[in-house]
Amino acid sequence: MSTLIFKQKPRIIGWYSVVGKKESEGPLGYTFSRIVKDEYFGEKTHEGSERKFFITAIQGAIQVAGVQPDIVFAGDLLNQIVSSSFAMRDIGLPYVGVYGACSTMALSLLTAATFLESGVIQTAVAVAGSHFATAERQYRTPLEFGNQRPPTAQWTVTGAGATVLSTKQKSRFAVTCGTIGRVVDYGVKDVNNMGAAMAPAAADTLMRHFKNTKTKPSDYDAIFSGDLGQIGEEALRDLLKEQGYDLGENYYDCGKLIYDASQKVDMGGSGCGCSAVTLNGFIMNKFRNGEYHKILFMATGALLSPTTSFQGESTPGIANAVVIEEVTE
Amino acid sequence: MIYLWAFLIGGLICALGQLLILKTNWTPARILVSFVVLGAIMQVCMIFEPLKKIAGAGVTTPITGFGAGLVKGTFENIDKYGFLGIFTGGLTAMSAGIAVAIVSGLVVGMIFKSRSK
Amino acid sequence: MNKQEYAEYIKKITPKSKIWSSLCRAFIVGGLICLLGEGLNALYHMWLPSYDQTQISALVSSTLIFFAAVLTGLGIYDKIGYFAGGGSIVPITGFSNSITSAAMEFRKEGIIFGTCANMFKIAGPVIVVGVAVAMLCGLGYFVVGLFL
Repeated sequence: MSTLIFKQKPRIIGWYSVVGKKESEGPLGYTFSRIVKDEYFGEKTHEGSERKFFITAIQGAIQVAGVQPDIVFAGDLLNQIVSSSFAMRDIGLPYVGVYGACSTMALSLLTAATFLESGVIQTAVAVAGSHFATAERQYRTPLEFGNQRPPTAQWTVTGAGATVLSTKQKSRFAVTCGTIGRVVDYGVKDVNNMGAAMAPAAADTLMRHFKNTKTKPSDYDAIFSGDLGQIGEEALRDLLKEQGYDLGENYYDCGKLIYDASQKVDMGGSGCGCSAVTLNGFIMNKFRNGEYHKILFMATGALLSPTTSFQGESTPGIANAVVIEEVTE
Repeated sequence: MIYLWAFLIGGLICALGQLLILKTNWTPARILVSFVVLGAIMQVCMIFEPLKKIAGAGVTTPITGFGAGLVKGTFENIDKYGFLGIFTGGLTAMSAGIAVAIVSGLVVGMIFKSRSK
Repeated sequence: MNKQEYAEYIKKITPKSKIWSSLCRAFIVGGLICLLGEGLNALYHMWLPSYDQTQISALVSSTLIFFAAVLTGLGIYDKIGYFAGGGSIVPITGFSNSITSAAMEFRKEGIIFGTCANMFKIAGPVIVVGVAVAMLCGLGYFVVGLFL
């Protein structure tokens, strides 16, 4: 069964999010731990800046948790996940690199929780992030190139979020189970319509999760998808409705929450950072304030590379889901 | 009068490019390439020169002018130098534009840093 | 939904671009750039009466290319492009913008392997196809000329 049940209930003992200027001006701006207005973050390159976002998030979360972690699980969007590994060069902790495109935050959480569940380690950090400028360069055109973004485009979030999990320390919040995604491809070839490409994978993961855990959408205070954007969100609702599930009022997409319509982001935010900073800002703050008791956090990823899309391949999607709930004992 | 035509014809060519972008999902590089080819075809079919007389920069400023200029230069050099003109004509005619583009790109690229807006 | 139904469904829920307003913007900005070209043309004719039209044309495009490169460096051209779309891509200024923006973007990998190697990332096909087509036309012209 692809739904992982964590009997140890790894606790969330710290979280930290750091974002760029545009994200800080969005509706969730007040929920982030730190805001960095300079897109270069004092570095020479945007790639260096992305690394620094990772370092800031990891160190911030460790400081909040107050415990030295055993392993860091990290991933990003750049080729060979260099932002994560180069950031870990400065952190100096044991490191496992994970890649799930924009679903990385959920994937790193699930991997960390599985390690913890096995008992071989007691504290782990899960982290993911992205940078608008590095993603634009890798997947699209140079920043100063004067073209229009198609109406289906999404805006890569600049930021990183880190969560510290532990089986040793006490906390009210725990990762209790999660579902690993399958790679689903419905043949969407438009690289500017990621939401449409990812929605079938999201629907697949959600359906399997509901079946395996015998839950339904209304059992959760809220369900979050990572970065489906407006089209993807609508498609996911309709795909699930077809299977008899109504996502209802308490389903949100992080990509739609993070920016305001006036910020010219078209369909919404995207990137590993989108779900990572929303989880480690908005969502965890709601837990702390007692507004949430049980949520389903599903990050979605489009598993393409510039090479595959130029070669005319369609875009496969994946979605990983994690259940975070308040526990008493 | 030529100013009005330059504006109208030039604007129309650009609007056609925009229509292609909206309707076909083509990348800007493909749009540029197709307009160069369009310009070359217009030159061969001898509709470019008459249009140029009416609209001036309206047809030479869009990238169609680049395609037309390449073909025109090639034909002229063939008339002058025969077979060799096939190879030398095009780039000779367009050399100023390409050289300025390379040099200004190089200099600007060394001075300014790219920023996301 | 199977793949085909899904493709049709996505097409249905995808928001449409506002075609007319975007065409108008492309028309106006593109027209203005051409108007500027025509203005420069007249200006150069006045300043340099000894030059012929071919030389003046080369000067006009060079000037436009230079201005576009500077505007790209200052981070203004991509804003114009966001507004105008095809209106600022199709003119020769868009060609210049594609070269300069790539040169700036890849400067961080060094001048040789960054700027120089990647400058024509977008504009390269334009020159390759342009030269190839011109040579093909030239070949035809030459062969036809042999028989006339």
